Amino acid sequence: MTHLPFIAAAYAVAVLLPAGYAVAALHRLRLARRRLAALDPRGAP
Amino acid sequence: MVRRVDARPTIAPPRTLSRAGRGLHRFANPGRFLRLSGALLPWIAAPGLALTAAGLVWGLFFAPADWQQGDAVRIMYVHVPAAWLASAGYLALAGCSAASLVWRHPLADLAAAEISPVGAGFTAMCLITGSLWGKPMWGAWWVWDARLTSVLVLFFLYLGHIALVRAFDEPERGYRAGAILALVGVVNLPIIKFSVDWWNTLHQPDSITLFGAPTMSLVMLWPLLLSALGYTLVFAALVLARTRAAVMERRIRALLTARARHLEILG
Repeated sequence: MTHLPFIAAAYAVAVLLPAGYAVAALHRLRLARRRLAALDPRGAP
Repeated sequence: MVRRVDARPTIAPPRTLSRAGRGLHRFANPGRFLRLSGALLPWIAAPGLALTAAGLVWGLFFAPADWQQGDAVRIMYVHVPAAWLASAGYLALAGCSAASLVWRHPLADLAAAEISPVGAGFTAMCLITGSLWGKPMWGAWWVWDARLTSVLVLFFLYLGHIALVRAFDEPERGYRAGAILALVGVVNLPIIKFSVDWWNTLHQPDSITLFGAPTMSLVMLWPLLLSALGYTLVFAALVLARTRAAVMERRIRALLTARARHLEILG
């Protein structure tokens, strides 16, 4: 495969960047759900 | 006597709203939004991940190399979806900003504030992968080409929106300022789209157009479409998950404020 380092770097960015966003979003969701459940157990989704 | 304070934000659509505005306000209820988005999220995220993985594996290992560019053309399967989502994400941001300014839709503010960081990430991904494609093909990481420069301006618009929304103590003012910036920045979208036609750019013209036949081989087009669709669903899932978190955080703030007021009254 020609230009392998460029291709590998591009695919790494394309996988790691959205994965980082996904991990951050899931962590934020879990934290918000836990805090909401502690404050208002009936209103927690 | 302790009086129970219901801190849940209740939103009633103003009477002067148009039919479109009233339709939008049906989804303004945070509880309804959380129920709907919670049910929808797995159905967007799972196909998004599957399609993206399939598109990337197809593009990386099974699609043919280009006769001129060699294997560097495989960067297209990540660069083009990122470029498409950079612009489409900004269009969604502008749509939410319009809904916020015109109809005062309370969820539109939150959605806009959550679209801009994801959009900025995908624009950064477009710029980085483009640079990684440009170096072996053009011999330069960066050129001040009209397409590249207009996408860089888009990245700065996203950053400006992120900063502006969070710059005020009163969130409503931040949302309003951000919405105005987002709507003004829409002028950059046709510049990005037509930059390769209006100016003599190093960046190639579009290979896929809305009405014309694609100028690339079908064996390259299919993995590209798969990857673009997959990334689009991933983008939507990310925004939806972040907006869900933002709605819950707003409810938490409202509950804490109500409790503090309640204690103040008692004390």
